[in-house]
Amino acid sequence: MARLLVPVLALLALAAPPAIAMAETVAITNAHIYSMGPSGEIAAGVIVVSGGRITAVGASARIPDGARIIDAHGGVVTPGLVATNTPLSTVEIAEGVEETNDNATASGVISAAFDVQYAVNPNSVLIPIARLGGVTDAVITPTLNGRHERKNMIFAGQAAVIHLGQGPDLLEKTHAGMILVMGEDGARIAGGSRAAEFVLLAGLMEDVRAYVHNLANYDLGHSRAYGLSRQDLEALVPVVEGREPLMISVHRAADIRQVLRLAREQKLKIILEGAEEGWSLAPEIAAAQVPVLLRGYADLPQSFDMIGSTLENAAHLNAAGVLIGIENPPIYEGGRTPRIDAGRAVAHGLPFAAALASITINPAQIWGVADRIGSLEPGKDADIVVWSGDPLEPLSAPTAIMIKGVEQPLRSRDLDLRDRYLHPTDLPPAYH
Amino acid sequence: MRKFVSVAVIVAAMACAAGCATQTPAPPRAQAANSKPGATGAGAEKNIEAKVLPPGLDPSVNPDLYPSTYRPLPSATTAIINARILSPGTPEITQGVLVMNGGKIAAVGADVKPPPGATIINAHGRVVTPGIIDPHSHLGVYPSPAVEAMSDGNEATDPNTAQVWAEHSVWPQDPGFAHALAGGVTTLEILPGSANLFGGRSVILKNVAATTVQAMKFPGAPYDLKMACGENPKRVYGGKGRAPSTNMGNVAGYRAAWIAARDYQRKWDDYRAKAAKGEKADVPLRNLQLDTLSGVLRGEIRIQNHCYRADEMAQMIDISHEFGFHIAAFHHASESYKIADLLRREGICSVTWAEWWGFKMESFDGIEENVAMLQRAGACATLSSDDENLVQHLNVEAALAMAAGNRAGLNITRPEAISWITLNPAKTLGIDAKTGSLEVGKMADVVLWSADPFSVYAIPDQVYIDGGLAWDAHNPAYQPKSDFMLGQPAVGGQR
Repeated sequence: MARLLVPVLALLALAAPPAIAMAETVAITNAHIYSMGPSGEIAAGVIVVSGGRITAVGASARIPDGARIIDAHGGVVTPGLVATNTPLSTVEIAEGVEETNDNATASGVISAAFDVQYAVNPNSVLIPIARLGGVTDAVITPTLNGRHERKNMIFAGQAAVIHLGQGPDLLEKTHAGMILVMGEDGARIAGGSRAAEFVLLAGLMEDVRAYVHNLANYDLGHSRAYGLSRQDLEALVPVVEGREPLMISVHRAADIRQVLRLAREQKLKIILEGAEEGWSLAPEIAAAQVPVLLRGYADLPQSFDMIGSTLENAAHLNAAGVLIGIENPPIYEGGRTPRIDAGRAVAHGLPFAAALASITINPAQIWGVADRIGSLEPGKDADIVVWSGDPLEPLSAPTAIMIKGVEQPLRSRDLDLRDRYLHPTDLPPAYH
Repeated sequence: MRKFVSVAVIVAAMACAAGCATQTPAPPRAQAANSKPGATGAGAEKNIEAKVLPPGLDPSVNPDLYPSTYRPLPSATTAIINARILSPGTPEITQGVLVMNGGKIAAVGADVKPPPGATIINAHGRVVTPGIIDPHSHLGVYPSPAVEAMSDGNEATDPNTAQVWAEHSVWPQDPGFAHALAGGVTTLEILPGSANLFGGRSVILKNVAATTVQAMKFPGAPYDLKMACGENPKRVYGGKGRAPSTNMGNVAGYRAAWIAARDYQRKWDDYRAKAAKGEKADVPLRNLQLDTLSGVLRGEIRIQNHCYRADEMAQMIDISHEFGFHIAAFHHASESYKIADLLRREGICSVTWAEWWGFKMESFDGIEENVAMLQRAGACATLSSDDENLVQHLNVEAALAMAAGNRAGLNITRPEAISWITLNPAKTLGIDAKTGSLEVGKMADVVLWSADPFSVYAIPDQVYIDGGLAWDAHNPAYQPKSDFMLGQPAVGGQR
């Protein structure tokens, strides 16, 4: 690695530092505000931003002297959208350029300890494209995809929350959650049966608890053999202690029930992911106070785990009182923005406000960052989008995007490509 | 231009034959091929096989193999009134009437009166469009559930499998068909996958629930041959240590196959010429792979070419010139916007996406505005799904593409945007004389939307195929369900 790092660092040193706009005092006026917070919906209001934070939201908030005005012209203003369960910034090109795929490991030593925070690339050209979809923050989750040949490694690793602003450091929260894959995919890793997954998992949890209670002996080599490396055991300590959420990819109703039982017995704080058949036990999920992350397009029996998939899943879970987040598929697989999937859930019964919450405040709550992002409230980060229309509609688009109080350029690599070929000159496109 | 004329003539001839077959059952095919039972008797000429070869040995006998047995759903004369009518090539009618009769569109316009006795559907201002056509689908060949036992879309055993036909892999019970129908899709082209340089023949289906694929086959539709450029073939075969492993290897593979096809054609032509003169001639051995390729060279089979990059498309166009065939469409076509003028001149459609891009190097330059830029350059522009989920929401894909085009100042109209998922895919597939727009005499493939189809909130309230009600979002009696979904306790919604 050292051999590779040296020239990379040298290149960085030579490159001119990117121009980073300063956080300023701004008032967004004539705004139809969906605050997703205590201020609710304000048909005509003002949002004041200063020092990167929101300082006021209201129908008649006072505009500070000297504030720059962004006139929303009656347009909808929302919190920046939160892309959930995405590889954004850790994968540049998914197929055929494996060396840019840093969201999964085939390591036999690192599974739970795998931590995507070290793979975040602020210079990914995919980030500005996601930003133009109104996404200001993203939950980066590791995966097992394509690199799960190894056995007994059912943990994909730890998630991180990033913002999509500019600059060298995008991390908002590390160790945001542990990712575990169950169902058919997990069964494949656990030797072919999902029954093995639950036994294996319970055993691993016991190992972590034993490790914590016998730390000194472990270092002296006086403990029994554990099923995980020391790094993995360490990473799982906050999970077994219920301090870090465990996101479990699980699909069929029977497995969801097993997972709820396991979480209750082990006193784990869990998040269900996928949960295509979750609607059929919505009251149980609500009673367990377990949040659910949904794939907003899922409605086919794509596996025997998902016979009951339906676009009405979001509506049923929400109606039962489950906290839902609608995920964002990888940006290169139709997932430029989560807003369309949220809108689709509205077409299948989810109330509009709940749909908007499912891509803003709800994922912020689920991933433990609601103190800073997900709603427009004084004191929160100024991650704000002004829209040309209904944010869930395909004909709408952001007209202004602010991240941590800094207005973002409405540009991306794909717009550069567009303009190069839209306006030909006498010279080849490479000259303009 | 000549090749276009000959294609049109042949397609028309095929359409007639198959069209008739849907009216009255055709005689058993084997019998037709064997219709002179006495011809091989003791007194026959020694070259008598020139006139009648045993069944299956003469590729020129019966081009309509595996014929469509499609029958339209029951229909009544129906008038949709108070409808906002959105169809390609014509200004939107804000309040109009659409009449369906005998499976065809009988009348459409602002001043049309419903015929006496017609079933009246009051749209109350809702939008009516042509049925959506998805020109790139793998429903049935990669069905749900996506289990290995039914992964039948890629015959990835040789870079040239022009001899395989997608219809022989289609599982009509794929629940994805009904989901696509619920999304307004009335016609689909099912293609083989893109592992091979020549993937095999595609099949065009009417999206009706059926027990056999023959009962879904679009009557009289031309056949297509799937070809693939770029990363997939060279990855699949290079990974096996065999050719092709590079783009130049891909091109050599295409050219060698077309040479073989020309040679095959020549052998049959020589044989027929000699036989016609009563000369002794050896019968060439029929070859299914070369049947399909020579069908392309005769203009009977259209080329649907998976190809992402502009430079690779230009290479494929040169190959088509070398061997004298026409490429109907480039599929995926992420970089078509870079060569829009070339594609317009060549009369080649682009079948692409708005939102899928960048999943590999060859799609890294895909942009949302691709379709809109092609439209403005006068080239044929089409969206498709290539995906069992996206196929259900192609109206939203068109909306996203239109919005991106208009942000670029391209002034895309609503009829233009709807053409990307209706008439233009029909052109791509060579069925635009029959479907793809709300014109009198065309198949009554019609969607009545709950809201503006360019809204994410819109769902098809009703879908008609050949005038028959195929889907009704508010009436479970018109919501087909695959055999696979029967008896499953965990079914939670209509979609």
